[in-house]
Amino acid sequence: MTLIFQRGGPGQKLSLLPPCDVPEIHLTQERAHAPRLPQVTENELMRHYKTLFDQMYGVNSGSYPLGSCTMKYNPKIDEEAAALPGFTQVHPTQDAHTVQGCLAVLHSLEKALCAVTGMDGVTLQPAAGAHGEFAGLLLIKAYHQSRGDGGRNRILIPDSAHGTNPASARMAGFEVVNIPSGPDGCVDLDALRAAAGPDTAGLMLTNPNTVGIFERNILDITRIVHDAGGLCYYDGANLNAVVGVVRPGDMGFDVCHLNLHKTFATPHGGGGPGSGPVGCKAALLDFLPGPQVAEEDGLYRFFTPSRSIGRMKQFYGNFTVAVKALAYLLTLGRERLPEAAENAVLNANYMMSRLAKTYDMAYNGPCMHEFVMTLEGLHKETGVSALDIAKGLLDHGIHPPTMYFPLIVHEALMIEPTETESKADLDAMCAALEALHAAAISEADTLRAAPHTTPIHRLDEVGAARNPILRYEFNGR
Amino acid sequence: MGSYVANTPAVRQELLDAVGADSIRALYRDVPEALLYPPLALDAEKSELEIRSHFTALAEKNKVFPTCLRGAGAYRHFIPAAVRAIVSREELLTAYTPYQAEVSQGLLQGIFEYQTMICELTGMEVSNASVYDGATAAAEAIHMCLDRKRTKIYVSAAAHPETIETIRTYCFGYDLALEVLPLRDGRTDLEALTAALGEDAACFYLQQPNYFGLVEDAQAVGATVHAAGAKFIMGVNPIACALLPTPGACGADIAVGDGQPLGLDLAFGGPYLGFMAATKKLMRQLPGRIVGQTQDTNGATGYVLTLTAREQHIRREKAGSNICSNQALCAFTAGAYLAAMGPEGLAQAARLSLSKAHYLAQKLAEAGLSRRDGGEFFHEFVTACDEDTAAAISAVLAEHGILGGLPVEGGLLWCVTELVSRDALDKTADLVKEVLP
Repeated sequence: MTLIFQRGGPGQKLSLLPPCDVPEIHLTQERAHAPRLPQVTENELMRHYKTLFDQMYGVNSGSYPLGSCTMKYNPKIDEEAAALPGFTQVHPTQDAHTVQGCLAVLHSLEKALCAVTGMDGVTLQPAAGAHGEFAGLLLIKAYHQSRGDGGRNRILIPDSAHGTNPASARMAGFEVVNIPSGPDGCVDLDALRAAAGPDTAGLMLTNPNTVGIFERNILDITRIVHDAGGLCYYDGANLNAVVGVVRPGDMGFDVCHLNLHKTFATPHGGGGPGSGPVGCKAALLDFLPGPQVAEEDGLYRFFTPSRSIGRMKQFYGNFTVAVKALAYLLTLGRERLPEAAENAVLNANYMMSRLAKTYDMAYNGPCMHEFVMTLEGLHKETGVSALDIAKGLLDHGIHPPTMYFPLIVHEALMIEPTETESKADLDAMCAALEALHAAAISEADTLRAAPHTTPIHRLDEVGAARNPILRYEFNGR
Repeated sequence: MGSYVANTPAVRQELLDAVGADSIRALYRDVPEALLYPPLALDAEKSELEIRSHFTALAEKNKVFPTCLRGAGAYRHFIPAAVRAIVSREELLTAYTPYQAEVSQGLLQGIFEYQTMICELTGMEVSNASVYDGATAAAEAIHMCLDRKRTKIYVSAAAHPETIETIRTYCFGYDLALEVLPLRDGRTDLEALTAALGEDAACFYLQQPNYFGLVEDAQAVGATVHAAGAKFIMGVNPIACALLPTPGACGADIAVGDGQPLGLDLAFGGPYLGFMAATKKLMRQLPGRIVGQTQDTNGATGYVLTLTAREQHIRREKAGSNICSNQALCAFTAGAYLAAMGPEGLAQAARLSLSKAHYLAQKLAEAGLSRRDGGEFFHEFVTACDEDTAAAISAVLAEHGILGGLPVEGGLLWCVTELVSRDALDKTADLVKEVLP
């Protein structure tokens, strides 16, 4: 495909700004050379972007069963609400009385997320799940330090956890203790008991966990950590399985983060912006990042909690993402929210029960909103790997599931259909995977060179890392 | 369906039968009974019509000022119609991180183009695919500069207060000491800087133009920082980069900033865009996603996420940063904005902002409101007055649909962009004159 820099030519431009109506000013020192930005007409610009759009795959392209990412449908009314000029044209430093609508959005969403999570307070400031994890861990750190318990420097994390968990723990200054998972894919209680002690600051856990199973011993798990003096952090990435059905606060968690771009249907935007609100129980409210929104007699204002850990970023968080999530929550309400979770779980179980006839499942028993298949056996038998099956799916016009995660399963494919896929969509995904299994046996070589029908074929990722080319070079410079 | 669930109740029953479960509840058999189905403190569902009314009413409670004379980290610039058309596309909006490169070349190429443009803007050699905002970009940049011996962080007091606060929070996490270095006449005090930087200094963060709009002597600061063996981080305004000497030309090791002025709405503070660019030497220390060029099996040029061995999903607790999702759509928007504006349009936006800000400063001075600081400024400046006068000015301007300068210590911080006409600037000065004693 042609790069934008290879289009147009010197002197091409759009006619955008009027002439200067005041005396022109020049700085004493200005840059020597102008940046080499594209010089195109508006027609060339739009045609360029059209070629880019033609090679993208989104939820509106087809099924997107990317496990752990909750690629559910993005409602258009949410987009419309977020695009209202009353939201997009207001400056973040305007006096509170001129932005009561914005503050009402933030306050309403904070309250709704408290209701969903069973937490006592929520901050909407973190910009993504990982950012939320970092904030939540800082809450735990501040809490222990405030009690003279700063020696608690370890965070317990299951070996099945998403990579952001240990990375966030390190950013917050903690050491990571890996807790092995049992053969059932769940936290090994004995290992947890052995690891929990006076140096334990807390536990990070997703529930359902990263293999798509609900930790049935969750109340024991959180009790073990609490008995040792630690706090429990809930990674909300998998909330879609239980949203409106089970509350993290009731499971014994003290802090949690949510992913608005997963559970609450805001669009993923090619990799962001997301939003990672953090909720906490009463004991931690004073430490929340500021500012927060308070309401009194129908008037909203900002305030900073008395022992706040500070700011996670500038301003208040990804505000228009919050608008979209609030619109989604208000649309579903108290009855439809659990319905979304139930059908996410039902859809996943349907796919798993059908595919279990062909593929090996990593774990037995019902799954939650996602399930993990292991292709280790198939790989040994045919030489076809999880990657090959995934690439083969591209030839069926379906986005592959998550590959090679969690690390505790070999040749893993993690499938999360979400509730917004129809039975026909689910059947089509299953049929494609069944056909690929047959192809693995009868035409392994073809499959190992898949995809064949996409605009581009397998890319040399090793070469890309060994000899990084991270920008366009003009005139081969 | 009010929940966007695709299957009707009848079809759901079919699925249950196929699974062999009696009910949905049976699928939750691993959940302790006491935890299931708590009452939810939420309202009943709403139809789309009701949602539209609800949010329209909320948006109407916000005051949109026709004229904006305020920046302080959020800038109202001209956004071309073509850019809005481009970034509203569903293909882009509903995509996720391009893990499957073969079906994501459009997104990957768009980010590669963005990375190139950020390098051109900043004069640096490599750029990542974005982080959350300018403040977190500064915090991440600081982390890149640490090593075993050098762990002390220095930041200019003329950086945006919220950037300083964010860096402080990150330092709480990393257990690092942060020192904010004082100013002289609103700018970094070179003597204080030289005195402060010892053998354990990791880096110094300078904002350019600084929070008060002043142009710092970045080259001199960079030389001072390097003489002490520390790294030089510049936080820059991307519009100003069209005219000011680039961070690359000033010897910066890392250039960061907020790309919000590049085609993103004010949006009450977010989502914005953290850009990060560095020297080739620091390439592998950059956090977050990076897109690289490569070849496919047929030799065709293509793009992939690369240098992933830096990232959290590979290195886990050994990763430099935990970042996973970034601000991809915002980065794509910035790329589209820069492509639409081109070098001439961007320089024009910068020149107009610079010139109009100087015009306003002059008119305000004539009206009796003088600058607090001396020295060169870009498109923001502070006028001196007490709190009561500041409040009176703000109120009068607000009555006329003008969002005036931000109250700061000792006065008001003004900003002018290409959107504000000469007439509006004259009107502003006239209104201020009436208010002043």
